[in-house]
Amino acid sequence: MAVNMNSNLGGDGFLTTTINNVANWGRKNSLWPMPFGTACCAIEMMGVFASRYDLSRFGAEAVRFSPRQADLMIVSGTITYKLASVCRRIYDQMPNPKWVIAMGSCTCGGGPFDSYAVVQGIDEFLPVDVYVGGCPPRPEALIDAVIKIQKKIEIEGAPIV
Amino acid sequence: MSIGSESIIDSIKSRFDSSIYESDSFRDESTLFVKKDSFLQFCRSLKQDFKFTYLIDITAVDYLDIRVPRYEMVYLFHRFGHDYDENIRIRIKVELEDSDITIDSITPIWSGANWLEREVLDMFGIEFRGHPDPRRILMPEDYKPHPLRKDFDVRNRQPSKESFEKELKEGFE
Repeated sequence: MAVNMNSNLGGDGFLTTTINNVANWGRKNSLWPMPFGTACCAIEMMGVFASRYDLSRFGAEAVRFSPRQADLMIVSGTITYKLASVCRRIYDQMPNPKWVIAMGSCTCGGGPFDSYAVVQGIDEFLPVDVYVGGCPPRPEALIDAVIKIQKKIEIEGAPIV
Repeated sequence: MSIGSESIIDSIKSRFDSSIYESDSFRDESTLFVKKDSFLQFCRSLKQDFKFTYLIDITAVDYLDIRVPRYEMVYLFHRFGHDYDENIRIRIKVELEDSDITIDSITPIWSGANWLEREVLDMFGIEFRGHPDPRRILMPEDYKPHPLRKDFDVRNRQPSKESFEKELKEGFE
């Protein structure tokens, strides 16, 4: 992005940039999260959306419970193998481009549940972008994860389909 | 009129003298061991005559390498009363012979037993004769092992993975 200073082109007052840049700038500042909350991490996630931590300061407050209207999946809570196929199906329904945050120890690596039913990290079946450790993580940690997603969109971007 | 837990349990014992072969009391908790053949008849009387209307829980124990027979069913019933000491809780245990790990379903008597019996079927593989809907309740329906049996490795995720992959491949109905 550059600000135009050329008086022949009208002087100050408009920007020259690329479509990709504008699209990614829009994407990173208006993430629409899809909460996939299954356990106590979901309570902490609700705290992040609520007034004290207020994720709308980062443009990500439009929480949609429909995957068709979301581009950021926040998986917060223990995922069992029986639930994993549901989780995967919801991810598949989200339109591209899309990102995934694994919130909490359970989603990152199974947490304390080293058992026959629990998935040892959701990256077994989902492409995770940011891992947030903690049991549950502090709201600040989830905000940090959203900012990391924003940085990732800024640097890598996503193709305009 | 106060009834008292001991008198109730004593009258159950005298009524079903031939069915109850052992009884135990520890810190005001009474346990009765009931023979499997007369279990359903015993339960019907427990609800109708002795007013144990409330089913608390059904579970099972696996005594692999500890005791024979291996499986034991545990039932908890409660009786409500007007006075405090008329509220009685009782524990019924039924031992299952290794050759025949089935027991009569008590769902026709206490309808709340439906899902509890399905959980025991899922976790221990004990079958309930006369159950209206004998399916697994927690694990996927095509899952084979019974996870709370002592000879099952709790860290064995392979069967769960197989069900998950099958589910992904076939999709939902």
